[in-house]
Amino acid sequence: MSRFTEYQVIGRHLPTDSEPSPKLFRMRIFAPDEVVAKSRFWYYLRSLRKIKKANGEIVSVNVIAEKKPNKVKNFGIWLRYDSRSGTHNMYKEVRDLSRAAAVASLYQDMAARHRARFRSIQILRVQEIEKTADIRRPYIKQLLIPKLRFPLPHRVSKSRSTFAASRPSTF
Amino acid sequence: MSKSNSISQVPSNFDRFVEVGRVVLVQDGPYAGKIAAIAEIIDHNRAIIDGPSTGVPRQAFAFRHLVLTSLVVPNLPRNAGTGVVRKQFDASGVAAKWSNSSWAKKREAIQKRRKTTDFERFNVFLQKRARRDLVRKAVKKAKA
Repeated sequence: MSRFTEYQVIGRHLPTDSEPSPKLFRMRIFAPDEVVAKSRFWYYLRSLRKIKKANGEIVSVNVIAEKKPNKVKNFGIWLRYDSRSGTHNMYKEVRDLSRAAAVASLYQDMAARHRARFRSIQILRVQEIEKTADIRRPYIKQLLIPKLRFPLPHRVSKSRSTFAASRPSTF
Repeated sequence: MSKSNSISQVPSNFDRFVEVGRVVLVQDGPYAGKIAAIAEIIDHNRAIIDGPSTGVPRQAFAFRHLVLTSLVVPNLPRNAGTGVVRKQFDASGVAAKWSNSSWAKKREAIQKRRKTTDFERFNVFLQKRARRDLVRKAVKKAKA
């Protein structure tokens, strides 16, 4: 199970006398739960439009399920993150079974390589890359080789007991 | 890509590879102890495994919880559906080869031994003692 779920959040400005039916805004947000999804919606909307939580309302929140959760897909993810010295745009590729799982592993990757936390990362776009020729990153390209095979060197098996009569074999 | 194409086929000292069709032994979860075939490699750590005729549903599994066996389902196409996997798996006779292997037999024996009750172990002890007795008497007779 993935740590993240994809939510569709729809919200708008509160109706006023001058604007009785305000424009609806829809966002696809990756968040661990609905509460965080709504919070992120307001965070993004108030930086994009002159609407904030105090003068707006959420119309609907629902989960976007993966269409084919058993198919391996390659995702291109565009993101923006605040490092310790500035803001950077980035493009990364992830191979996973679902958009939500890909984003979860992206957050993990950003934490590992750049020490970036959830609050300093903005996911701009997640797009499945249909064609192999469109893959840009070598770390994904190497997994798309026809007849791919690789060994698993140095397998460390877990012993049932604290002490073993013989040294474990790791090959 | 032709250069990188050949990389995966260079001679190697290893004889078990993560590859499509490789039969794996599941080590963890509700299907622990069952075998399945790799249907598609996700990345360096995970693959989609499928064992329709061994009772393992198609799912992503980490290599950490899998052991590669020496068996391979030949000619399994990449990302084959459960139906094709079942057909190829059954046609290759991998299940029979696995159950005849000493590895599978040893596993089964260990499982059996672990399930025994104290009384059953006591009976085994008695039977072993009787066998020892027979052997020793026969040896003594042969020596004399």
